[in-house]
Amino acid sequence: MSLVQATQLAKTYRAGDIDVPAIKGVDFAIEPSSFVAFVGPSGSGKSTLLNLIGCLDHPTSGTLKVLDTDIATLDRKAAAKFRGEHIGFVFQDFNLIPVLTVFENVEYPLRMVQKWPAEKRREQVMQMLEAVGMTDQAAKRPDQISGGQKQRVAVARALVSNPKLVLADEPTANLDHDTAYRILELMKKMRDEFKTTFVFSTHDPKIMNEAEVTFTLEDGILRNGGHHA
Amino acid sequence: MLDVLAIATRNLLRYRRRTLLTLLLIVIGMVAVLLFIAVAGSFKSMMVGQITDSILGHVQVHRKGYVASIDSLPLNLNMKPQMVSKVEEALAQNPAVSSWSPRIKFGGMYSNFAETTSIRVNGVDPAREAATVPLLQGRLIEGDKNAALVERGKIVIPALLARGMKSKLGDTVVVVATNKDGSVNGKTFVVHGILEGISGPGGRDGYIHIEDARELLRMTEPEVSEIAVRLKDFARLDRDSGALRTALEGQTNKEGKPVLEVHDWSQLSPFATLARMIDMLTLFIKIMLVSIVLVAVMNVMMMAVFERIREIGTIAAIGTPPGRILSLFLAEGLMLGVVGTVSGVALSLAAIFGINVWKPTFAFGQQQNLVMAPTIAAGDVVTIAVLVIVVAVIASLQPAWKASRMDPISALRHV
Repeated sequence: MSLVQATQLAKTYRAGDIDVPAIKGVDFAIEPSSFVAFVGPSGSGKSTLLNLIGCLDHPTSGTLKVLDTDIATLDRKAAAKFRGEHIGFVFQDFNLIPVLTVFENVEYPLRMVQKWPAEKRREQVMQMLEAVGMTDQAAKRPDQISGGQKQRVAVARALVSNPKLVLADEPTANLDHDTAYRILELMKKMRDEFKTTFVFSTHDPKIMNEAEVTFTLEDGILRNGGHHA
Repeated sequence: MLDVLAIATRNLLRYRRRTLLTLLLIVIGMVAVLLFIAVAGSFKSMMVGQITDSILGHVQVHRKGYVASIDSLPLNLNMKPQMVSKVEEALAQNPAVSSWSPRIKFGGMYSNFAETTSIRVNGVDPAREAATVPLLQGRLIEGDKNAALVERGKIVIPALLARGMKSKLGDTVVVVATNKDGSVNGKTFVVHGILEGISGPGGRDGYIHIEDARELLRMTEPEVSEIAVRLKDFARLDRDSGALRTALEGQTNKEGKPVLEVHDWSQLSPFATLARMIDMLTLFIKIMLVSIVLVAVMNVMMMAVFERIREIGTIAAIGTPPGRILSLFLAEGLMLGVVGTVSGVALSLAAIFGINVWKPTFAFGQQQNLVMAPTIAAGDVVTIAVLVIVVAVIASLQPAWKASRMDPISALRHV
């Protein structure tokens, strides 16, 4: 069974009196434990698609099932619960919480979303920090570490609650080339270690080659059905 | 909840200067209110205490119509012995009554044999008067405070009169009065004490023994102008005076008309208006405090939400339930309220303690060098503290609600 299954998925935004179609009836499937990239130029609909898969938005038409759940049926509260339980996010700007330490940032989903007990939380966070090589930076604040380190922390935060799926919207856009590759390597390593499905978006042709499955988007339309590297 | 409070504290410390300024506003507001309540409250208590415990008593009973003509001290509206007996019987049966003192009040002429002036005189039973208005004796600026207030043949005069007439302790003076039938009589007295004047009705009256008053006025039967009553618990004044009113004003004459009237001190003294104004001012000061806290906290929380839109988007995206986002921001308001309240209460209590050590004095009407001794009831402190905390949380409600309802996609796109 596919982890993500989209059928004639469409999303149209309304800008004033004008309908702006962002996704125009796409079909695709994402298999468990895969390393998938949605590629395409700016405005092609990558972020919209990731927002839909991440239950942050509802489709205008078509169906989108994530972990066999039709996301159109989820209200605001249920969608938040679903995201907290099954989906991790990595953002282009890292989006770490500045008042929390590295440890606390990674701990946040377990503390504020899933309410794990303190001891179990600590164990899990330390395991994640070790996996991303950030154990020695655990006590630092986000403004005390580099961009690459911030993204490592973000990856650890996305994985800490053992989600089935991690969505990363342009995760390397704010990183230099070497660091970007290292982050992608880290994500692949995490996929191998935790069997988590990684879906990321990028418009960087060099980065897209790192994906095992690539979907190319242009003007809201998929130009291929999932190219396997 | 502890997790939420811990993160709220971190967020407040993120903008230290702004948080400190907001706290400062709350603290200043709290100190202003608590000090005002303490100082104004103690002034009011002192003022009411002086009026009730040295002049009026808590409640007074008169013959119907007496209070309307009280300025002329009408002898024809004195209570007859039968009325007095009925009143005393009712007072004796009322468990809320601590003591009562019958008085004969009249206006007369005071002469030192060289000069003459007018005087208002109270004929009292010294023991019963002392039990009913226990601070009266304390107003003696000359004379023995430990002896009976007056004895037969002696008079206690107000300080202003003593100064004006150059009367001293031991001087022989004459009091001349007209009785209700219009006949004039005089009686010599020895000045036994000089009373400090006090603002308000009765504050510049003289005192003689009630039997001397009856003799001077040639009363054929033991009439009484008023009966001053002291209650056991002044805090229950409204309830207990109401019960007395019901019991005594229900008594009627042969025509079925009420023969008695009962008034509490606030109906007899113009200073009750001042006391009410103090209460009103306290209310306005409380409203100002609420406004300060409301505006200060709402402003800081609105700024907090505006500055953290992307952060709100992030925590919403990673699955933080809307209710928890709401509680995160409410907790910040709560923390501001609690810290501001604790600091404000501590500073206020320190200031009140400081004033009590310093003992500043002030004048109230005729009275000089009254020591300001502010006190504040625990109930007032708790009320204000709870009010500030609740208002701080209410002020955070709108920004917190806005944060919890924020669309994660728009929030994440926010620059």
